[in-house]
Amino acid sequence: MEPGVIIREYTIPANDFVVAGEASSSVRKLLNQMGVAPAVVKRTSIAMYEAEINAVIHGHGGRAHVEIDSEKIVIRISDDGPGIPNVELAMQEGWSTAPDSVREMGFGAGMGLPNIKRHADAFHLDTEQGRGTTVNIIVHFR
Amino acid sequence: MRIEEITGLLEAEILTVNHDKDMDIRSACGADLMSDVMAFSKENAMMITGLVNPQVIRTAEMMDIRVVVFVRGKKPQPTMIDMAEERGIAVLSTELPMFAACGKLYQQGMHGRGDS
Repeated sequence: MEPGVIIREYTIPANDFVVAGEASSSVRKLLNQMGVAPAVVKRTSIAMYEAEINAVIHGHGGRAHVEIDSEKIVIRISDDGPGIPNVELAMQEGWSTAPDSVREMGFGAGMGLPNIKRHADAFHLDTEQGRGTTVNIIVHFR
Repeated sequence: MRIEEITGLLEAEILTVNHDKDMDIRSACGADLMSDVMAFSKENAMMITGLVNPQVIRTAEMMDIRVVVFVRGKKPQPTMIDMAEERGIAVLSTELPMFAACGKLYQQGMHGRGDS
C-alpha cells in the first residue's frame, strides 16, 4: 500500500432500501472530514450513490472498494448480478429495466449510469451477462 | 427564504429540531422520483415530495438538500426523522398537495434555478 492512501471496503446488501446508501454516506463523511472541497464531495456522493443504488436494485447487492490519496478518489462498485445485456441502451437517459417495486421507491428512471458518467472524471463499466457488473469511478480533487 | 417563512407559507408542521434555522433556501425541486432529484444540482436547496421512505433523506444528504417537505400530510417514520436529525436536514409536513405547495413557493419567488 502506498503511504497516505486510505482504503475502505463496504458490503452492499441486496434489496435493502433502508441501508442502501450507507457506503456512500460513510465516504461522504470521510471526504468532509478530510476537508475536500464541497463541490467535489457532492460530485463523488452523487456518482457513488447512483452506483450503490444500482448494485442494490440490479446486482443482488455487492461490494464497494474505495481508495483515497491526496489527489483523487477511486471507487469500484461490483456485484455478482445478471450483468447488463446492452450497455449502449443502459447508458441512454430514460432506459431502465427496474421493476415497479423499485420505481415505487423513487428509483429506476434510467438516469443512474448517465448521471454517474456526468459527475465522474473517469468512468468505466465492466459487465458480463450472468457474471456481474463493476463500475469504476474516479473523481479528482482539483 | 428561511425555514420559518416556508413553514408559514405551506402551513407546515416542522418535525426536526437539529438544523440551521437561519439558512437561506434559494431553490427548490418537486419530485416523487429520487432519480430526478439526483439530476438536480443546486445549492441551498429544498425538496418537495410525496414519496416517504428512507432514501428520500439519503438522497437529500447526497444532494446537499437542506429541507425536505412531505406533501398531503404524509409523515415520515421515526427512523427517517432520526436520519434527518443526524444530518442536519429539516423535515416539514404540509397538508397541501404537491402542485399547491410548489405553486405557493414559486409565487413567493422560490424558483428551481438557484442563484444562477
